[in-house]
Amino acid sequence: MKNFKKVLAVAVAAVMMAACFASCNGEKQTGIRVGGIGPITGGAAIYGQAVKNAAEMAVEEINALDSDIKFDFKMEDDEHDAEKSVNAYNTLKDWGMQILMGTVTSGPCTAVSTETNADNIFTLTPSASSTDVIGGYKDEDGNTIERKDNVFQMCFSDPNQGTASAQYISEQKLATKVAVIYNNADNYSTGIYQKFDAEAKARNLEIVSVGTCTDETTDFKTQLNAAKQAGADLVFLPIYYTPASLILKQAKDIDYAPKFFGVDGMDGILTVENFDTSLAEGVMLLTPFSADAEDEKTQNFVKNYKEKYGDVPNQFAADAYDCMYALYELCKAQGITMDMTAEEINDKLCAQITADDFTFDGLTGTGMKWSESGEVSKAPMAVVIENGEYVGM
Amino acid sequence: MTFIFNLINGISLGSVYAIIALGYTMVYGIAKMLNFAHGDVIMIGAYVSYCATTYMGLNPLLSVVIAMVVCTALGIIIEGLAYKPLRKAPALAVLITAIGVSYFLQNSALLIWGSAPKNFSSIVSFDSISLAGGKLIITSESIVTVIACIVIMIALTLFIKKSKMGKAMRAVSEDKGAAELMGINVNLTISVTFAIGSALAAVAGVLLCSAYPILIPTTGSMPGIKAFTAAVFGGIGSIPGAMLGGILLGIIEIFGRAYISSELADAIVFAVLIVVLLVKPTGLLGKKINEKV
Repeated sequence: MKNFKKVLAVAVAAVMMAACFASCNGEKQTGIRVGGIGPITGGAAIYGQAVKNAAEMAVEEINALDSDIKFDFKMEDDEHDAEKSVNAYNTLKDWGMQILMGTVTSGPCTAVSTETNADNIFTLTPSASSTDVIGGYKDEDGNTIERKDNVFQMCFSDPNQGTASAQYISEQKLATKVAVIYNNADNYSTGIYQKFDAEAKARNLEIVSVGTCTDETTDFKTQLNAAKQAGADLVFLPIYYTPASLILKQAKDIDYAPKFFGVDGMDGILTVENFDTSLAEGVMLLTPFSADAEDEKTQNFVKNYKEKYGDVPNQFAADAYDCMYALYELCKAQGITMDMTAEEINDKLCAQITADDFTFDGLTGTGMKWSESGEVSKAPMAVVIENGEYVGM
Repeated sequence: MTFIFNLINGISLGSVYAIIALGYTMVYGIAKMLNFAHGDVIMIGAYVSYCATTYMGLNPLLSVVIAMVVCTALGIIIEGLAYKPLRKAPALAVLITAIGVSYFLQNSALLIWGSAPKNFSSIVSFDSISLAGGKLIITSESIVTVIACIVIMIALTLFIKKSKMGKAMRAVSEDKGAAELMGINVNLTISVTFAIGSALAAVAGVLLCSAYPILIPTTGSMPGIKAFTAAVFGGIGSIPGAMLGGILLGIIEIFGRAYISSELADAIVFAVLIVVLLVKPTGLLGKKINEKV
């Protein structure tokens, strides 16, 4: 009887393992497997959904092209949580992912890019802008953080966003006294603030008040009142749109009406359900993409996106769309086929993306180039919210 | 002037904590259990009010009443399904059940309303009051919250002191067994306690979201924990204690943020709790009970 139980247990285990193997690679591969990870649900869902929509749209278009390069695309949800993001990555790896287009937000991407670096899977993130994502810099204590040489960004890196914001504010003479409220529990927000601070000092832009918050902060009146008392006429907000919407409301409550200047995390504020868009009137944000741009590429993209998903695409959608086309160009240039291993693909794409003669024209810029550092170089621009819509400045 | 601004801001934040803490303290005082799902009932109340105003276009005040009715029903259901069967179980089992209920409510909200943040429109429609030439501004939400808090505290105290049900509650709180022998329906009394606590939670939810208008399924968690701290700080089981604890906690949090450090504000709040419990284990207004051995 005892032996029978053992045999039975072994048999059951064997069946279960076989079932697992069978289901793991159940789908038939029809193209190069590109995985996507981002917050489809959760507080940053607007980004993940935009990326998912635009990437799926781009893949459909690419697969319809008369070319050898076809993509299989699958997007997994991480709810803007590092742990869930790594789980999503493992799910995609089981699926047979060869290239990762993601992840969408910085915190999770820092964790996942470490994994892809160890596994040699080529990674192009549409919007994770922290330098922790790509590595290769010196931290505050002077330690060198190793470069994750398989990871590249489509968006500006945080230092670039911070520097570009300070540049923009001083060049356009938007303000003389600036206050900053940033989230010092978040590497995205802190990274932008540090570079903004450095650039502002270099440009004699006076930072009169610095307020901090954490992910749980809901009361910003103290920080806003400090900015008000210090006489700041512009408040720089390198934070996500959810806390930003609280800040805008509370600023109005205490009768404080400075200019507000945000970065890419501010994008999405107009889509918060039931948000009073009049609060965001005049808010400026640094973004590489404006849906009202008049070039043909943008117009077509906006039109198709609207038809398919019913709303105007934001910069995250544009970044993701660019990512898929950039991957297409890269794969085409190197003759990537779907039976290559992820490691082979990684080596070829890394060589291609940093090649001197490789440039990419997309929605978020023309003549984009990538350096060994993983950062992209393209020109910054800003938009302002007028009558509940983004308008180019 | 900044000092007064921060003080008012602290009192306003503290009043929200106080209303939530009243719910905690009532349930603890009478049923002798920590209802950790209280914070999530707040969140449900806010969602109900949000749906009533945004999707059904109802008057904001009417939406508060609907939220109170829904939360009262929810409180009675939770008590009946999750806590009543455990009446004779050890306190730890009830505590763990309460945490389970809390997660159940959060995830149900996630399922029903999704996780994208919703922007709650304030139910208060008059303007902020501006004093000292615009240097000192008292928001309309602060005024309503503070008044609501005081009214609720007085009403609750009167209810418990004067009404028959209040008397029954005090009796159950002192000795469940003896109260039962005296012909008091203990189960009913505890259900009514939950009903009142949950109705208060609905009011707290609406006021919380009027002042800080981002509504997500975890909206109630942090305020819930802080209000629990406030209840313990003031002396759990004591109604004036919850009010005092809540308001002091709000002031400490805002002052900590304004004068010490915004990152440490939450840490300071909980540090104060630890210190108070070390010095006065029953809280500021808590009753000292001599255990007979």
